Amino acid sequence: MPEPQRTLGAAEVEQLVEREYAYGFVTDIETEVVPPGLSEDVIRLISEKKEEPQWLLDWRLKAYERWQRMTEPNWAKVSYPKIDYDAISYYAAPKSAVEDGPKSLDDIDPELRRTYEKLGIPLVEQQRLAGVAVDAVFDSVSVATTFKEKLAELGVIFCSFSEAVKEHPELVRKYLGTVVPLTDNFFASLNSAVFSDGSFVYVPKGVRCPMELSTYFRINASETGQFERTLIIADEGSYVSYLEGCTAPMRDENQLHAAVVELVALEDARIKYSTVQNWYPGDKNGVGGIYNFVTKRGKCAGARSHISWTQVETGSAITWKYPSCILLGDDSIGEFYSVALTANRQQADTGTKMIHIGRNTKSTIISKGISAGHGQNTYRGQVKVLPGASNARNFSQCDSLLIGPDSGAHTVPYIDVANPEAQLEHEASTSRIGEDQLFYCRQRGIDPEEAVSLIVNGFARDVLSELPMEFAVEAQKLLGVSLEGAVG
Amino acid sequence: MTPLLEICGLHVEVEGREILRGLDLEIPLGETHAVMGPNGSGKSTLAHVIAGREGYEITKGIIRYGGEDVLELEPEERARKGVFLAFQYPVEIPGVNNTYFLKAAVNEIRKHRGQPELDAVDFLGLMRDRVKLLDFDEDLIKRPVNEGFSGGEKKRNEILQMTVLEPTLAVLDETDSGLDIDALRIVAEGVNRMRSPERSFLVITHYQRLLNHIVPDRVHVLQEGRIVESGGSDLALRLEAEGYGKAAAVTA
Ligand SMILES: Nc1ncnc2c1ncn2[C@@H]1O[C@H](COP(=O)(O)OP(=O)(O)OP(=O)(O)O)[C@@H](O)[C@H]1O
Ligand SMILES: [Mg+2]
Repeated sequence: MPEPQRTLGAAEVEQLVEREYAYGFVTDIETEVVPPGLSEDVIRLISEKKEEPQWLLDWRLKAYERWQRMTEPNWAKVSYPKIDYDAISYYAAPKSAVEDGPKSLDDIDPELRRTYEKLGIPLVEQQRLAGVAVDAVFDSVSVATTFKEKLAELGVIFCSFSEAVKEHPELVRKYLGTVVPLTDNFFASLNSAVFSDGSFVYVPKGVRCPMELSTYFRINASETGQFERTLIIADEGSYVSYLEGCTAPMRDENQLHAAVVELVALEDARIKYSTVQNWYPGDKNGVGGIYNFVTKRGKCAGARSHISWTQVETGSAITWKYPSCILLGDDSIGEFYSVALTANRQQADTGTKMIHIGRNTKSTIISKGISAGHGQNTYRGQVKVLPGASNARNFSQCDSLLIGPDSGAHTVPYIDVANPEAQLEHEASTSRIGEDQLFYCRQRGIDPEEAVSLIVNGFARDVLSELPMEFAVEAQKLLGVSLEGAVG
Repeated sequence: MTPLLEICGLHVEVEGREILRGLDLEIPLGETHAVMGPNGSGKSTLAHVIAGREGYEITKGIIRYGGEDVLELEPEERARKGVFLAFQYPVEIPGVNNTYFLKAAVNEIRKHRGQPELDAVDFLGLMRDRVKLLDFDEDLIKRPVNEGFSGGEKKRNEILQMTVLEPTLAVLDETDSGLDIDALRIVAEGVNRMRSPERSFLVITHYQRLLNHIVPDRVHVLQEGRIVESGGSDLALRLEAEGYGKAAAVTA
């Protein structure tokens, strides 16, 4: 006779999902920090430090002016104490990185070099990462970008945002704010006012970028926020695969990370954007951790353009993030593949928006939410089909995996269809790691932690398989590590 | 010689209800024993308790395996010492590749025995060999563990795992139910091929049919939480003819 299903108890889960954060160290380095608080003066100071042109300062000030009249959104299923925006410092930079202008790879402060080595990101153009170019952002500044020259031979621009403002102002000016306008939302406007550094990518017509481009974001200074800005433009018929990773020290305070990412794909261009997010998630009791309030959006501007977002979100105390696609060009394609893991007291409210404007546009949404401990995981997604989007198609699949009795999963799909030809499909499921699955693995000799990681990775497989090979293994380990703990 | 498996006076409760009530069973190394008994008599409970599943309260009695008291050992520790359970209801693990899973299991076990881990090539070689012997569908080893497998395919997958893991004690819980006639023969051949003086089997079944293929050294009748009768392989024939009512009456 079938056995009654036993689910895992809270104590068992606690042991299985106890997390160890491997990147929680602090780099002891002399840092220049602007005093906490936000004002026009602070914005002028940031702009001045970056030697920005007047138009960009004006743009920042306009965003600031708008932001002051906006209220923080509260519709997400996350709760946190009120953020005091005057207690945050909006600019922090290692002194060695900003003095005497940009550095060559050989001149990087050894302390910074060591930091990135510890994080597994060697800032050398060496064998192991030969296929990957890295832009390393430390607090508010980019400290190094590898393979810049090699990429430049093909006309590919890969540099820090600050450098792009100086070297390629016409491109920045043409595209900045065209996908995420400075009035878009509370956090995006804040970012537009105070953004510090991030990456800039331009791939010229018909060029297939020969290596993975990646940015590694590191928060180090305390009581500061990180407000990075990334802009990627794929010109007609080009292709680029870009990946970002992020970590932060373990601290009892919460730190704000409010980034904006804009992608523009012109005719027949393709952008593959992958994120492995591992900000400090806070401790077991929910003390500390990053507030990750991020606006990411891509515009499929040209016909047959194609943007895919793949994200593996395992860190942060709170994640508020909806990488979206505006499918403007006819026959354009938008994709969103997401794994979000919340353990302990982490909260994630994440999903996507697919806005179908052009004809024959197609979108795919695959979301896998994993909640353990007291983790709360919400998928929030919108599929919008405008009247002109004849023959639009969407497929959405949202699966949740619960580990233990105290975790929560929620699915909030919004569908808004104004064209009768649209074809939408939505599937959703919720399952639990059962004692039966664990026992089955253990009976085959597999450790319980290893078993949980196996089950979780299996659940996330459809998303992990979308990651570039070099990073899929990394992400898989991360999902394992995130759930690792000492089983007594 | 001490038996490989030795169970004395075992009392087991599940959620406050006593399921096993003073069960005694000994299986010497190298022997194959069958356990038969009515639905709900506690056969799967016995199998799970041998494998160390949580949720069963052992109120009295002992289980020795290879002369060692194993009641305090975790399921994975017992598995690494050579205990294998072919599940009555094999579990699905969505998204986890069958081959990957089995390789993880083999290497965990090898690691704990101080043997070097098998690399992908060696493992695939081993796997291919066993797949062929069991006439197993090649496709199934690439699919996620048991996901969407038919009832019979799941049972066959259990036996595939057994032949790869090469346990010392294999407990087969109704592996025959759900198998078609050909599959039953293939599975039985697979088991017979593995029978050796170094390995014991505990075969739980409802049907004499299986025991025509896997001829046991001993047959035990489990009823109401106890072994009420034991005998040679002919006992299964008699049970098939007369049912369990008689067996209980004999000992009552
Ligand atoms: N987890 C559990 N919770 C409650 N009762 C249980 C549990 N597991 C087993 N039982 C009960 O214990 C008794 C024995 O079950 P068991 O599965 O061992 O029987 P079985 O002999 O294997 O039966 P079958 O021939 O149908 O497989 C049954 O009455 C069953 O309902
Ligand atoms: Mg049973």
